[in-house]
Amino acid sequence: MLALKQLHDQESKNDKKRRLHSSCAGHFIKSHNSNLEQLKTIGRELAMGSQGGFGQSKEFLDLVKSIGEARSKSEEDRIVLREIETLKRRINEPDIPKRKMKEYIIRLVYIEMLGHDASFGYIHAVKMTHDDSVLLKRTGYLAVTLFLNEDHDLIILIVNTIQKDLRSDNYLVVCAALNACCKLINEETIPAVLQQVVELLGHQKEAVRKKAVMALHSFHHKSPSSVNHLISNFRKKLADNDPGVMGATLFPLYDLITIDVNPHKDLVASFVNILKQVAERRLPKTYDYHQTPAPFIQIKLLKILALLGSGDKKSSEQMYTVIGDIMRKSDTASNIGNAILYECICCISSIQPSPKLLETAADAIANFLKSDSHNLKYMGIDALGRLIRISPDIAEQHQLAVIDCLEDPDDTLKRKTFELLYKMTKSSNVEVIVDRMIDYMISINDNHYKTETASRCVELAEQFAPSNHWFIQTMNKVFQHAGDLVNPKVAHNLMRLIAEGFGEDDDTADSQLRLSAVESYLKIVDEPKLPSAFLQVICWVLGEYGTADGKYSASYISGKLCDVAEAHSTDDIVKGYAVTALMKVYCFERAAGRKTSLLPECQSLLEELSASHSSDLQQRAYEFRAILDLDTNAIENIMPLDASCEDIEIDKNLSFLDDYVQKSIEQGAEPYIPESERSGTLNISKIRNHNSYEHSTHSLRFEAYEVPKPVVPTNIPTTVTYPTDLVPVTVSEPSYQPSVQPTWPLVPVSDAGSGSVSGSSELKLRLDGVQKKWGKPTYSSGASSSASNFESNRTMVNGAPQPDTVISKPHAPRQSHVEVSEEKQKLAASLFGGTTSRSERKQSGGATGHSKVSRITNPGEDKVRPATVTAVVQPPPPDLLDLGEPVADTSGYSSTVDPFKQLEGLLDLSQDVNAASASASAAATTGATASNDPDLLSLYSGIDTVGNQNLTSMNGSVNPTKRTTSLTKGPNLKDALDKDALVRQMGVNPTSQNPNLFSDLLG
Amino acid sequence: MHASFVFVLVKYRCSFSLYFLHSIVLCVGGSIVLRRISRRRELRLKMGIRFVLMVNKQGQTRLAQYYEYLTLEERRTLEGEIVRKCLARNEQQCSFVEHRTYKIVYRRYASLFFLVGVDNDENELAILEFIHLLVETMDRHFGNVCELDIMFHLEKAHFMLEEMVMNGCIVETSKANILAPIQLMDKSS
Repeated sequence: MLALKQLHDQESKNDKKRRLHSSCAGHFIKSHNSNLEQLKTIGRELAMGSQGGFGQSKEFLDLVKSIGEARSKSEEDRIVLREIETLKRRINEPDIPKRKMKEYIIRLVYIEMLGHDASFGYIHAVKMTHDDSVLLKRTGYLAVTLFLNEDHDLIILIVNTIQKDLRSDNYLVVCAALNACCKLINEETIPAVLQQVVELLGHQKEAVRKKAVMALHSFHHKSPSSVNHLISNFRKKLADNDPGVMGATLFPLYDLITIDVNPHKDLVASFVNILKQVAERRLPKTYDYHQTPAPFIQIKLLKILALLGSGDKKSSEQMYTVIGDIMRKSDTASNIGNAILYECICCISSIQPSPKLLETAADAIANFLKSDSHNLKYMGIDALGRLIRISPDIAEQHQLAVIDCLEDPDDTLKRKTFELLYKMTKSSNVEVIVDRMIDYMISINDNHYKTETASRCVELAEQFAPSNHWFIQTMNKVFQHAGDLVNPKVAHNLMRLIAEGFGEDDDTADSQLRLSAVESYLKIVDEPKLPSAFLQVICWVLGEYGTADGKYSASYISGKLCDVAEAHSTDDIVKGYAVTALMKVYCFERAAGRKTSLLPECQSLLEELSASHSSDLQQRAYEFRAILDLDTNAIENIMPLDASCEDIEIDKNLSFLDDYVQKSIEQGAEPYIPESERSGTLNISKIRNHNSYEHSTHSLRFEAYEVPKPVVPTNIPTTVTYPTDLVPVTVSEPSYQPSVQPTWPLVPVSDAGSGSVSGSSELKLRLDGVQKKWGKPTYSSGASSSASNFESNRTMVNGAPQPDTVISKPHAPRQSHVEVSEEKQKLAASLFGGTTSRSERKQSGGATGHSKVSRITNPGEDKVRPATVTAVVQPPPPDLLDLGEPVADTSGYSSTVDPFKQLEGLLDLSQDVNAASASASAAATTGATASNDPDLLSLYSGIDTVGNQNLTSMNGSVNPTKRTTSLTKGPNLKDALDKDALVRQMGVNPTSQNPNLFSDLLG
Repeated sequence: MHASFVFVLVKYRCSFSLYFLHSIVLCVGGSIVLRRISRRRELRLKMGIRFVLMVNKQGQTRLAQYYEYLTLEERRTLEGEIVRKCLARNEQQCSFVEHRTYKIVYRRYASLFFLVGVDNDENELAILEFIHLLVETMDRHFGNVCELDIMFHLEKAHFMLEEMVMNGCIVETSKANILAPIQLMDKSS
């Protein structure tokens, strides 16, 4: 109530000021009418004064003006650099008035915003957060949040101020501090403010409660473990009687549910209930946006429901009614209505399918795709991609629309459509889709998307390849055009795939695959500019299988390989692959009993590489040379033919050396001491055992130093601490003093290994204790159970008998598509006409490691009837661009038009606007009565009568504010006149360099 | 480290309380060193909005607010890239652009572009309307808002944004609630 009164007082004060302003403006207008020249003089005189129009100094106005009128980036940079010099000088002057300092801070913000470093002034922004005035304090906080990240050194200077401000009586100060909390408090400083923030959850001001919830949300982001015990608070705040606080609570809850659904299943009923009431307009009218009740809250709720209902039949059933209602009510003529519709579709495609809702969703998608607006088409394609997972046949109805989008010049739309195609790929259409994707991949320049498209092509090719030949060809294309961008793993996968075959027990198919690979590589290998990864594959395959079929002679293959090595002399990796391949070719020839000699170019290559700077290449070259001298038998052992898939067994214990070791020891050699038992050498091996994650988080260790391992590897309890142990380095290193323990028992290597393993696990145990405090929180393993739950539900749906073939219904083309080109239709047929379903996805997992869950086939009972059956009442094409899209063409605002004439025009309009604002306030009053509906309370369980009173008082407080603001703050054209006049004083005017500065954003 | 902080304090003769000084010394002793060594692990939950940018037709930034930390250099590059991308598009094309891991939803008002970078699974149409709500809110406050209003009252535009978006989430959509604190501050100063 106090705040309310305060507000009223200020409103009335404001009114006085306003009257002053408008009389001033009236003066201007009059003088303009009488004599324009006179006005200009007055303006100039006013501008000469030190204070400009908005209580800002002339200097600041000049800066803004010059930045605003800068024609180029370089001009802007010059201005900013000059400004930096000025500020560096001025900001350190003593006794700068506070208002002036605020201006300096904002100038610093400008400097940073325009891409220059303003760190010289950070400290002043920090200082400003101490100011008593709310405005200055908040400006200080704003600047600090813009300048600093949470790990900046100056943050510690602010934590204390935040603590103090969180205790303030002025709720605006508390709000400013909470804003800063969200951005500046990091993992280590959370404890400093946590208690206070939690207390503020119960603050009487709803704005404070809301921000406190969000501050906790940010803490949860930064360090979930530090606020894990406070999660119940979020659930409690969901029942807050202020809709803003409730809306804010949805965000942390959404995050929590994303992490683990199960603990929050009980909230489904509450969310559904809230959503229902929001949709029924039970929230205050101020939350309406273009006649849609609280759309942003609705959308967030739908997102939450999508998570909660995923794979959970019982929860999903609770949602069906409300989602259906919202879809029916939503306004398809407005953007926001469509945004809600889209979110509904997302939700429907995520929860347990309901045939009726799927039908509605399909209709909505049809409308999106039919729309002329590219935005809606985009949303439609995206929605289609989601729904297609549940009802795969839905895409067929929209095939022409999809193809239109695919051929649209708009890159965003095109890319989205490729995403859809990627999702609907099956073995019947993979060739068309991958071909298109490769064409697209070649056409774009953006490496990021090239990489993405390439990896998708590879994935699809691996999964659905209709033939080996096609597969090899496709991979060649991908590598040729994006070889440097694809993940190196893809190259290795390809090699493995060629080596292992497609996993079928058909050797001839495998050898055909290899042969076709070799053939295509021999064709390609001479092309210039092949990416390194591709060359590696080529070299490897040629080495391994080049001569396998006897089609190509060894000398031919060797010649090609030498060419590769020569042509890519700067790429050591490729050269390495080439040499090894040469070696293989040579060995296979020898093993096959053919007499072979090295080609002269191969000889010279070997000589060159023997002197290479790369030790790897040198090693390979010398190995090759050594092999040259071996006999056939040895070569067969070293390089067995086609054995790349065979496992090489490694004898880790090196048992074959036992004899040798024994002999050496008998001859007086010193026994080997495992690393873990060399006590003097610290615990290097153990440190190495930690994975990098632990290593990085454990900067400081809080446990006591562990006792160094005793020298003798016996079971001496390590609890006994000798004083000398404090300095482990002084313990003599046995490896250097063999005489100390001549009777050292030979420890079998295997024992030592296990010993070191147990030692490291012991250490790990201790670290685990620490990790609970600092590390990632551990959540109950409920996720896996939910996944299995999901799985079983899905299979049940799948259990329904399904038709083997889906006859592709010719889509009744829209009017605009009566004459669809034949080419398009062909494309459509190849994309959508296939009768094979997604589940035919070939499991090439054995070769590639892909183990995708097979897609759901069309569930018979949930099959969506094509939209052509139900008579779709198509609304007029929603004109989405009408909402504030730039109406005013800048050319229309050309500088030749006298701006004052336009101002006059505006003045005439002011009558209308007043009427409009009056009606707006009337609407607000009706809103008040509507929102007083006590039914809102049924939403929140366990709210006492105090809550009830709070609610009504809240409604009471919000609405008067709205009414007054709509009167005083509405788009008042007189205000605009004021503003224009003031700006003109500063010498900025529409006829100057940048007239755009003046154009109304809302047209 | 120690030296530089003390230096900072002495040089600017800040009016810090004694208690405050005490805490600084403590922090210098412990937490900074700790923080320096331990880099925070990457834990990026979806945050919805990742930045809000206002850029004019010439590609000059008029307002920038990031909800994740980027260095000055990264910001400059990012802004350059996306502005180039968005400004090259025409009105028939859709208002969404993908850029690296961002999806950018943009809308043009007169000479000013509003660009909002969001996570991939955000509802683009809703963000488009969020932009409009922001403009409507500014319009209600400034009255026929234009580019110059935002330039002269940069901090106020930021305040409005602060009220509407926290941690990259749209937390307030009621214009009255958004403007109330700003009006109160105007009066009190």
